[in-house]
Amino acid sequence: MHNENQSLIFELSKEGRVGYNLPELDVPDFDLTELLPEGYVRQEAAELPEVAELDIMRHYTALSRRNHGVDSGFYPLGSCTMKYNPKINENVARFSGFANIHPLQDESTVQGAMELLYDLQTSLVEITGMDEVTLQPAAGAHGEWTALMMIRAFHEANGEGHRNKVIVPDSAHGTNPASAAVAGFDTITVKSNEDGLVDLEDLRRVVGEDTAALMLTNPNTLGLFEENILEMAEIIHGVGGKVYYDGANLNAVMSKARPGDMGFDCVHLNLHKTFTGPHGGGGPGSGPVGVKADLIPYLPKPVLVKKEDGTFHFDYNRPQSIGRVKPYYGNFGINVRAYTYIRTMGPDGLKAVTEYAVLNANYMMRRLEPYFDLPYNRHCKHEFVLSGRRQKKQGVRTLDMAKRLLDFGYHPPTIYFPLNVEEGMMIEPTETESKETLDAFCDAMIQIAREAEENPSLVQEAPHTTVIGRLDETRAARTPVLRYTKA
Amino acid sequence: MKHRYLPMTEQDQKEMLATIGVESVEELFSDIPESVRFQGLYNIKEAKSEFALLKELKQLAAKNEDTDSNVSFLGAGIYNHYKPVIVDHVISRSEFYTAYTPYQPEISQGELQAIFEFQTMIAELTGMDLANSSMYDGGTSLAEAGMLAASHTRRKTILVSEAIHPEYRDVVATYAAGQSIDIVTIPAKNGITDLDALKGLLNENTAAVMVQYPNFFGQIEDLQTIGELTHEAKGLFVVSANPLSLGILTPPGKLGADITVGDAQVFGIPESFGGPYCGYFATTSKLMRKVPGRLVGETVDSEGKRGYVLTLQAREQHIRREKATSNICSNQALLALAASVAMTALGKQGVQEMAKQNIAKTRYAKNAFEAAGFEVAFQGAHFNEIVVKTNGSVTELNKQLLQDGIIGGFDLGRVYPELENHALIAVTELRTKEEIDSLVEKMGVYNA
Repeated sequence: MHNENQSLIFELSKEGRVGYNLPELDVPDFDLTELLPEGYVRQEAAELPEVAELDIMRHYTALSRRNHGVDSGFYPLGSCTMKYNPKINENVARFSGFANIHPLQDESTVQGAMELLYDLQTSLVEITGMDEVTLQPAAGAHGEWTALMMIRAFHEANGEGHRNKVIVPDSAHGTNPASAAVAGFDTITVKSNEDGLVDLEDLRRVVGEDTAALMLTNPNTLGLFEENILEMAEIIHGVGGKVYYDGANLNAVMSKARPGDMGFDCVHLNLHKTFTGPHGGGGPGSGPVGVKADLIPYLPKPVLVKKEDGTFHFDYNRPQSIGRVKPYYGNFGINVRAYTYIRTMGPDGLKAVTEYAVLNANYMMRRLEPYFDLPYNRHCKHEFVLSGRRQKKQGVRTLDMAKRLLDFGYHPPTIYFPLNVEEGMMIEPTETESKETLDAFCDAMIQIAREAEENPSLVQEAPHTTVIGRLDETRAARTPVLRYTKA
Repeated sequence: MKHRYLPMTEQDQKEMLATIGVESVEELFSDIPESVRFQGLYNIKEAKSEFALLKELKQLAAKNEDTDSNVSFLGAGIYNHYKPVIVDHVISRSEFYTAYTPYQPEISQGELQAIFEFQTMIAELTGMDLANSSMYDGGTSLAEAGMLAASHTRRKTILVSEAIHPEYRDVVATYAAGQSIDIVTIPAKNGITDLDALKGLLNENTAAVMVQYPNFFGQIEDLQTIGELTHEAKGLFVVSANPLSLGILTPPGKLGADITVGDAQVFGIPESFGGPYCGYFATTSKLMRKVPGRLVGETVDSEGKRGYVLTLQAREQHIRREKATSNICSNQALLALAASVAMTALGKQGVQEMAKQNIAKTRYAKNAFEAAGFEVAFQGAHFNEIVVKTNGSVTELNKQLLQDGIIGGFDLGRVYPELENHALIAVTELRTKEEIDSLVEKMGVYNA
């Protein structure tokens, strides 16, 4: 990264420069005022930049150098599964037969794409232990909402439309309650116990005849496996509710436990996490949903099926479907990448992925345990949560330590989440990192813990080496400037 | 096991297990109850080598008819446009595509600034005060606009023009069901929203009126009048707009729109069998704090240096949980970057020239069809699509056209029963005069 002011593309603009080359117009030009109604010909041009091609490339190259990705360095951002994004995936998604096909072409002309999607669906059915999978949701939160809409439709079809409560643990991702609200449910929070797991007594207390569903992440956001999962499922099923699996943490249990075998009725996956999406700086994602048999009728339209003659078909004749959740068939390009990954790993590979992800996390946890508070001291799964309580007493907050990590070239862990850990730091190494990388990161963390004792201001004033210092977020929110305006 | 993505060696494993204080990796999974433990391996296809997999998937891709080796006149919301070559070079930089959401602004200034520039370009094109960092696609963005309108007005009915993309309308209806919002369809007449019908439908329950610009049939709606009618009823006016067309059309922001949404697929994003695309969401300053999704704002660091951060996060799910304005988290950041590069390359002049070419070529096609004896169904002003009446099934006709390397127009009969035997033909700047002439000629032959 280099340390200079970065112009906005608009500030590089100069009248008369172009960065495009359109085909020659080979048909007669028309006078727009003849073709368009009065008042509909744009009077003031949109102020897009006027820049030549090299300057565009330099601009975006400069921006890329001011950005940290997995390829730049270690990225242990808990709950986000920042694993390596294989390059073969990028090549395959760009094959013309995948990138340049229109979603409304006749089915007979896109059988290759449909075969890929069908095979991906089938693989995900096996991986989740569900009965059917839809690939339509565009991201995890979209998948959550899709599944909740199906649960809603299921209850309504059974004359139980009064079930309007979705139960969410206090450690849940923020999308869970938000998705429940968008699907028209009220949220009830269930507490965690002192072991960091859902408090069964509290769960029994909050369930009732208005329970529509429980949303659960397993392992949970503390990286701990909910051992009482069968009992929890029994409690929810006992009152007629459905159990929903947030698959954000699937990297922890592949080939070890399947949501379908743990009593879950539906699940969403994050193909951009577990199956190497990639993340794209905040999307695109892909959030397929798997369901057990009794929810199949409510799957979003269309449902991809294989016909007896071996051809693939989009079935729109689904009278009980919740309808469409997205135009066309989901984020196909991401699904192609995930499929390529699954085919690269195979059954042995996916098992190794989980084993190494869990081994890496436990190793780091034990290396860091002497230096930081570990609120839940037991084997973790793919991630673990430390508390910065000890350092806070020295005047150094978790935010400060996160910023200090930037000076070492690392992306910090997820911080202040889950909400039930004070000064939390959620660390997820993933399986694609080497022991050397884990050790170097642990060494940096240990050094920072020492600095917090001996030289707290060094940590409090971090970062020291980035292109920009800590930014004034209050000012950004109080007087929002959300776009460039020419001076 | 040895795998190129997995650097663990036997020695590493031994040392790590010793540090943890366990004998085997299996012990780390002892908290999973035996009764739910998965035994063995997944029953999925065996792994393939890099070379063998590339070969297999290339063959699979080759089974599809693509718009690169055929000449496409298929649009209906997703278009075959000029994609500046630099777009793919920029989004292939892995500092962008292997990053997560820019939660640590000090090491994410590149992404944050790129989004800030995207927000600016979308605001410029739509004539709105501000735009967010992107949505999944045009359809879900329209649905989010509907939910915002219902919550803002505390009203429960949304009027949706029949001339909006049918799949968008379906998505709006699904979201509306979750919020117990009623959807009422405003009929189309002669290929545009029927204003008399609209007047009859507007009332004190109207949260929003939604139209598309240009609409699904390629026609230009009278936004000015629809906006005035909507505001008289105190509803919000929501426009789903093709941002390329706004290079030449008066932007919705100048014609009374409260929210403008759409898809930036037209800017450098391949058709990709339905996604990923790039929804956008633009609105007025008044509604700023109700916008779904992420917003990037400008600020300064401790030394007064300009920088960018995610801002107004009190709207978002990770802070507000069930009280958030939307549940959206991951959006389409990489596609917003792609669209930004394309908008930058086209620039102020290119976006006008490209939009103009679309109108001119479509007009040429319209004249050619009429000269060849075809009926063009709607005679209003159009952008880059026209509706051509055929003698028989459009789907059957398209099968014949494919023999000549042509991907024909969308079969409107699939979704509008009254438009059976009508093809929606899209003509972009990429179609040559020769290709258009050939389409008209071939359709004439097969149509006879």
